[in-house]
This record gives sequence, C-alpha cells and structure tokens, in this order.
Amino acid sequence: MDRNALRVEAVSPMDLFIETFFNWQIVHDAWPILWQGLQATLLLSALVVPLGMIGGIIIAVLSTVHSPWVKWPLRVWVDTFRALPPLVLLIFIFAGLPFIGIDVGPWGAVAIGFFLNTGAYYGEILRAGIESVPQGQLEAARSTGLTRGQTMRYVVLPQAVRNVLPDLISNTLEVVKLTSIASVVALPELLFQARQAQSVTYNATPIMVAAVVYFILLWPVVRVLSQLENRQLAGRR
Amino acid sequence: MTPPIVEARAIHKHFGHLHVLKGVDLRVAEKELVFLIGPSGSGKSTLLRCLNRLEDPSSGSVVVDGIDMLDARTDINKARQRIGMVFQSFNLYPHMTALGNVALALRKVQGMGRAEAEAKAQEALKRVHLADRADHFPLQLSGGQQQRVAIARAIALEPRVMLFDEPTSALDPELVGGVLAVMRELREDGMTMVVVSHEMGFAKAAADRVVFMADGLIVEEGVPGDFFDAPKHARTRAFISQIERH
Repeated sequence: MDRNALRVEAVSPMDLFIETFFNWQIVHDAWPILWQGLQATLLLSALVVPLGMIGGIIIAVLSTVHSPWVKWPLRVWVDTFRALPPLVLLIFIFAGLPFIGIDVGPWGAVAIGFFLNTGAYYGEILRAGIESVPQGQLEAARSTGLTRGQTMRYVVLPQAVRNVLPDLISNTLEVVKLTSIASVVALPELLFQARQAQSVTYNATPIMVAAVVYFILLWPVVRVLSQLENRQLAGRR
Repeated sequence: MTPPIVEARAIHKHFGHLHVLKGVDLRVAEKELVFLIGPSGSGKSTLLRCLNRLEDPSSGSVVVDGIDMLDARTDINKARQRIGMVFQSFNLYPHMTALGNVALALRKVQGMGRAEAEAKAQEALKRVHLADRADHFPLQLSGGQQQRVAIARAIALEPRVMLFDEPTSALDPELVGGVLAVMRELREDGMTMVVVSHEMGFAKAAADRVVFMADGLIVEEGVPGDFFDAPKHARTRAFISQIERH
C-alpha cells in the first residue's frame, strides 16, 4: 500500500497564508461588491472634502473678526470638534439625534459629522494661511477701494491657500481615509463592503484588496504632496 | 485760492497709550506736491494713512475732494478710489501678473469688463514705462519696477490725489531714480501729491511745499528754497543738517 495515500494532505503555512490573504478566486468573486464600495468611497470623498473646505473657509474668515463675540464662540466650536473623536461624533449624530427627533440618515450624518470635524481642521489650516499673508496686502487692496469681502476673496485667500497647500492636501488625504468610518452607520463604502465580503467568504483577501485600492487611490496624491513640500522648502531658502 | 483738495483739521491719533498725532492740520491745493518729512516716529506716515482712512483718526476731520472721509455715511470704498496710495514695500499681489495687479480694482471696484480693464491697465503700465512687463509676476521684477507697477495700480483708477509713503526707502540706490522719474512725470501731468520721503534732492527739485513734523506736530513748513536754506526752528535745522550729512 502506498504510504502516501494515508497521509493527510499537508498544507504549508505559507500556502495557508496566501490562500487567506491573497486568494485570486476571492478577489475575482468579491470584486463587484468591492467596486461598489470604491464608488461609494469616491462619492463620499467628493461630498465631504468640499463640505469640510466650505466649513473651513467660514471658520477661517470668521477668525479674522476681532470681536470677542465672534472670537470666543469660534474658539470653543473649533476646539470641540477637533477634540471630539470623529467616530464618536458620527455615532452621536446618527444614533443619538433621532432621540430628539432629528433623523438625518447615514448620508446626512456623515455630511454633518465631516462638516463639523473636517471643517474645524481645514479652518485651522486656512487661518494659519490667512495670517501668513502680510498686512500690507490688505492695505494695498483696501486703498484701491476693494471691500473687505473682495479683498479676502481676490487677494488674501488665494495667497493663503497657496501658502498652506501642502497642509491642505495632507488633511485631504486624512479625510479620504477617514471616510471609512462611514461603515459604522452602514454606509456601503469600501471598507464596509470589504468586511461584508470577508464575513461571507471567511477570508481576509477582500480587506487586502481594499488596502491596495486605498493605496492606488492615495499614493499619487502623496507623491504630489512631497513634491510640493520640497518645492516650498526650496522656496524658503 | 481754489479750495483745498485735501483738508485735514486737528487730527489726533492715539495707539493705546501712544499719542502719535497731536492736532495736525494739513491743506493741500489742487496740483500741489507736498513733501512730508521728519524723524521716524514723528507721525508723518500715520498722518498720510489717516487721509485715506487706513487709520481712523481718534478725532479731527478729513475732507478729500469734497468728501467727508470720517462721516459714517460716506462710502469709504468709493471715496478711496479718488485717493491713490503707494507703499514703502510695494505690496503688489504676488499671485497676479503686473497687468492683473493693475486691473483688479478696475474690474472689481469700477466694474469694468476684462477687456476694458486690461486695456486701461496696459495704458497705466505704459505711463510708468513698463508696458513690456505686463505679463511678469512681481517676483520677476526688480524693486524699482515693482514700485512703478504699484504706482500704475494706483493711477489706473484716476485718483484726484496720490499718497506716497516712503516710496523709495526699500529700494537699492540705483533703482530710486526710475521711481522718482515716474513721480516727476506724474507731477508734470498735474497730479496732486502728498509724499512722505527722505529724498531731499527730489523735495528741493519738485516739491511746492515742505512740511516738517516732529513728535506728532507740524513744526514748520515752507517752500523748499526757504525751508532748506533758512529753517526757522532749531529742531528743523538739526534734522536738515543730519540728513544732509548722508
């Protein structure tokens, strides 16, 4: 009798690892559901980045007002939403607010949560940008008859944004990654879909695919960012 | 005498505890070139900035071209179009070309279309001899060229008065001449000008009147000849001799 026939099929740990994490069959089967997730993540990013940016511009422009009636409430607002973990904020909006009759649904909750959290971060970055624009720029603009608002829009903000562009891009990267927390409100973004696929297949491959997709999505941005940072460093010399 | 185009009366200005202007009167007639001189901290720049309300005087009155600048009902943005200002550090917008710098207020304040504004801006650049630099950004221009663009930015709005706040102090000596030449041409075209500057040669050659300030007050004023040759006050004499030693 062939002794080998009695042997239980031996699986090497390496094979097991590859089968669990890099299983082509599962990549193939899970791709449609992951593709949906990717689309949702892109849509989410396209929603929350502009929302956060708008919130940030509002905060930054308000921060140029010297009245204590604006300054202190703004300070409390910004500090609160920077200190509050975004996940907690999101769960509160999604699951807490319905108790007082405000039910905004998953997309609404994500939109509000990111507007508050991301807006506070963009706001701080843009505030630093606005402060980096010399006072003489404002004076020159006002001396030609431009209003406060026009001066902000045409003279100060373009320079402010340019001065803090690396920080803005860096924050945007974080925001895109942070969209994965939308999974806690059952919004079918990339990570949510990957975990669904994982729980159906009992296999970690979908998570790995999601990781690769995130990387492919964000790596070019990271490259651009580091180029910009180098250029800005060179410019300061 | 024609009514003054700039009339500032009893201007006081406090910065916290500092009393920078202590009751200054300044009248400037049409087409007059008035030179404001004085040691640093004498308040001459502050006085200039009170005229277009970049600083709010603590008290007093400022009337420019018949407009009460301190009246709350005055549209300050409209009034400022009649008062051009040139700054020591040029303050050109670095993200715009020379043409863009000059055209911005024409478009956004005077409401011109792009083509019209750019044609007018180009004309203003021509007057400061920089028509060929229209598409250069400020960083690609020398300091003297930047200051001339700044002058173009102001004159494009066709102001009734031009204020110059130490326009050549930040320039390398060899670049001063070009800016002064443009200022002299403006003067010959009949522009009313108030100039804060230490260019005494220019004052002697082009000013109608020299006003000497010290410690927030006008100490002495007169036509350049008398002023420089026979100053009445000891303070003025000390200042002139100090400056002329350089």
